[in-house]
Amino acid sequence: MKLRAAATAVALVLLIGAAAASRGAAARANDGTVRITIHYSKFEPAGLAVEPGETVRFVIVNTDPIDHEFILGDEEVQRVHEDGTEAHHAPRPGEVSVPAGETVVTTYTFPEASGELIFGCHLPGHYDFGMRGTVTVA
Amino acid sequence: MRNPFARALTLTILTAVMLTGAAGSALACGGLVTPNGTINLLKTTTLAAYHEGIEHYVTSFEFAGEGQEVGSIIPLPGVPTDVIKGGDWTLQRLIIETQPQPEEGLFRAAGAAVASDSAEVLLEKKIDALDITVLKGGAVEVGNWAREHGYFLPPDAPEMLAFYADRSPIFLAARFNAERAANRGVQTGQGTPIHVVIPTPNPWVPLRILALGRKAAEVVQADVYLLTDRRPETLPQAESSKGFDPNQRGLIQEVSEPASATLLADLRSDRGMKWLPENGMWLTYIRINETAANLKHDLAIDASGYGRPNPVAAGYPTASGAAPWPIVWTVMAALVAVAFLMVVTDPAVRRQATRVFRR
Repeated sequence: MKLRAAATAVALVLLIGAAAASRGAAARANDGTVRITIHYSKFEPAGLAVEPGETVRFVIVNTDPIDHEFILGDEEVQRVHEDGTEAHHAPRPGEVSVPAGETVVTTYTFPEASGELIFGCHLPGHYDFGMRGTVTVA
Repeated sequence: MRNPFARALTLTILTAVMLTGAAGSALACGGLVTPNGTINLLKTTTLAAYHEGIEHYVTSFEFAGEGQEVGSIIPLPGVPTDVIKGGDWTLQRLIIETQPQPEEGLFRAAGAAVASDSAEVLLEKKIDALDITVLKGGAVEVGNWAREHGYFLPPDAPEMLAFYADRSPIFLAARFNAERAANRGVQTGQGTPIHVVIPTPNPWVPLRILALGRKAAEVVQADVYLLTDRRPETLPQAESSKGFDPNQRGLIQEVSEPASATLLADLRSDRGMKWLPENGMWLTYIRINETAANLKHDLAIDASGYGRPNPVAAGYPTASGAAPWPIVWTVMAALVAVAFLMVVTDPAVRRQATRVFRR
């Protein structure tokens, strides 16, 4: 009976540990900072949820040896950048270049309306390669 | 199992294990770097000959377009002792030997024209219009070097470079300078062969790199010739040929036969090919006709007679190189063990088991 109790206790500890681990992977700092890592030309995480009107400080870490960019906005913003010809442009809130191996920061205030925004990289071939993610405002 | 908690827990675990198992089953399953995309690699032809522990890698790039520069990155299985200009007719002679010719033609030899943290530079050489650099470094270092030297790396390059650097940190970067080519009278569509001499116990031919920068559905075409002391075993194993069927996909073994004396004599008469024995070599011709999405491995070669091509050389994951188990799986395994303990320690279960064994 003691063995069963011990086994039950171990199971509970493992479940709690797993829950904590999975929560940690998607955790964001209390100060409104979200860390996004670029690895192998993918954003990690590729999905976020924010509240309407929330201001988020994005810290974007590029671990790749190639340049990337982080463009946050609706589909029209993405289309403009995908069709655009600027190799580099001055940073705007939610729109920054992320040079190879570097970390950049951009702060963005989300609209009050609920909806879904996209973040992506529009260097040649990157968006088609799947370098994009979504932010759900709700 | 009368304990409702234990029953529920066991049911949950079994369901989770079955779901995880199903997911696991479903999961099982010379790149060109151009600055502006106006130059397209048409097809590569490669000879990987292996004799006395040395891989002789001869390749040529045929290209078309109007870009100023085009470069390639080729992963190598080891540090080359030399990079020289490839023979003038070696690759063409192999094509004539193995592929159906439109008409019986004479083999014309000479003049037979055909269409930051940075890596360590081990060797630099100019061969005709090509600038050759042999690099040593990890994926990030080689990527940094390429970027800093004006190579445009497509988005799949970081993962591709890591795929190779994990096995061998040696890369050969070859950049074709269009201006020098023009000065030398090199025509668009013409190839420049190079010959890389690589001592290695595990010869392999990089194939996955051919998919670099290509869309998943794009078909990669390449001709790979092997000349070995014995009939080789390869990994992946090439499929049997359907008679040069252009629609046959995959790695297709078109020819596997003893190399003829005339072929070896012709090859030995080419530049840098005196090392080739006069006889006793085996010729294999593998045609690559595969979508970029499916070209995930390289070609490992075992010509030792043991028939065991090295999975690592082909780029298959190893126990040490495999992706770490996700923590959830570890927890699942632990939970299964705990559930087992709970069941076997249940007095009712023990009584039942005792009755079964007494019978």
